[in-house]
Amino acid sequence: MSSQPTPPAEPRDPSHPAAGGPSTTGPTASTASTAPDRAVEPVLSLQELTRVHGTGAAQVHALRGIDLDVYPGELVAVMGPSGSGKSTLLTIAGGLDLPTSGRVVVEGTDLTMARRKDIAALRRRSIGYVFQDYNLIPALTAAENVALPRELDGVSSRRGRKEALAALEEFGLQELADRFPDEMSGGQQQRVAIARALVGDRRLVLADEPTGALDSETGDAVLALLRSRCDAGAAGILVTHEPRFAAWADRVVFLRDGSVVDMTLRSSAESLLAGGAAQ
Amino acid sequence: MSIRHGLLALLERGPRYGYQLRTEFESRTGSTWPLNVGQVYTTVARLERDGLVVPAGEDEAGHALYAITEDGRDELRQWFTTPVDRANPPRNELAIKLAMAVGSPEVDVRAVIQAQRAHTIRAMQDYTRLKGQALEAASRRPGVFDPDDVAWQLVIDQLIFQAEAEARWLDHCETRLVRLAPQAAAAAPAVVPADPTDPAESAEPAESADRGQQPGAAQDGGLRGAIRRTRPRR
Repeated sequence: MSSQPTPPAEPRDPSHPAAGGPSTTGPTASTASTAPDRAVEPVLSLQELTRVHGTGAAQVHALRGIDLDVYPGELVAVMGPSGSGKSTLLTIAGGLDLPTSGRVVVEGTDLTMARRKDIAALRRRSIGYVFQDYNLIPALTAAENVALPRELDGVSSRRGRKEALAALEEFGLQELADRFPDEMSGGQQQRVAIARALVGDRRLVLADEPTGALDSETGDAVLALLRSRCDAGAAGILVTHEPRFAAWADRVVFLRDGSVVDMTLRSSAESLLAGGAAQ
Repeated sequence: MSIRHGLLALLERGPRYGYQLRTEFESRTGSTWPLNVGQVYTTVARLERDGLVVPAGEDEAGHALYAITEDGRDELRQWFTTPVDRANPPRNELAIKLAMAVGSPEVDVRAVIQAQRAHTIRAMQDYTRLKGQALEAASRRPGVFDPDDVAWQLVIDQLIFQAEAEARWLDHCETRLVRLAPQAAAAAPAVVPADPTDPAESAEPAESADRGQQPGAAQDGGLRGAIRRTRPRR
């Protein structure tokens, strides 16, 4: 199991002995075998990010100096009251908006320095988005929806379909392959949307309130899938105001007025049990 | 008392010895509320005193067995059919702490709330991780109903829901305090000796300015609207 040197900018909670140290992941095979190798570069690195909307008296500081690295194998939840900047953060991380200052590095490319054409290519090839309202194309089946980004990547439609079916199977969604969005439940649509976000070699998934319209059990199933994809090596940011869904993340970042006010890290399940959880 | 009834529920399935009761209680609740074997024997002794269990000989290994009596079954039935009493809510340290923090000039209530929120959500992360492991284990054996596994999942969910309720309540408290901040500042101008010559020296006016900005619904709407417009339509 590899150690996880945490980025230096992170505050550590001294009251939790496991907070800064190597994260001893649980006994399950999936977490043990796919623990992220932190010697590698972060998939996403936000550095001293600021975003100011408007000018003069109408100026709004949506983000004020955010530093955040997200590594392969890691799911980071961003929480905060409305207006705290969490959606702005996600929009900038995804290359849909540019910061006023600071750097946004996705897979080694600085989006603030890249040409518009390159940003578009990176956005298409490296980043997957998951929205609250699923955003599947109603006229396409699940398999066709998942194949679409690959076809935009330039692969043949035959290969795209093959990859889509493989992705759906890997995600345990093979029985949905030939269904249209309106023949699926919300939870199923959202799981297909996650498959679409991570098809091919995409490994950064940005999820904006993906559980917004789902009940708690279905929402858990969606988060369990996102979690398992991150355990398998993807990097994810999850914006949510629901503590129960944020709790699936490795780290929870709290934003307030555009600044990170706090951050949690996950400890080992073993220490939890040893202490007697409810005492 | 839950240990007492928990043990009765286990004994309803057949005679058991003390250590066995402890093991089964813990496996059913995933060791969430660990029992020591002394507690088990004390509880069983009280159940015996009250006529709810009786000694039932020994097993082959010489363990002293206990069996539930008819009175014990009545007691158990009553426990299952009676809701857990909420008439006297247990004393909640966090509620007391926040109640005391409101209006205390030296206390930054939002900092108290945030410290607790981070702690509570961290606990939820731990519970959720256990839950993920439990769900994964269950998914490896589809179609199998193991009462111990299911009971454990329900217990974890209870911990998650309870922590979630606390986190939501904290969010609610913060929202309300932010909304009331201007009134609070107006009501207690003399509490913090402000230095009118150099407001930048004091943290308090800066903090108030932040608070003033927070509930700006129009700003927020504009911001979110702008974000929505930048999203690609697929």
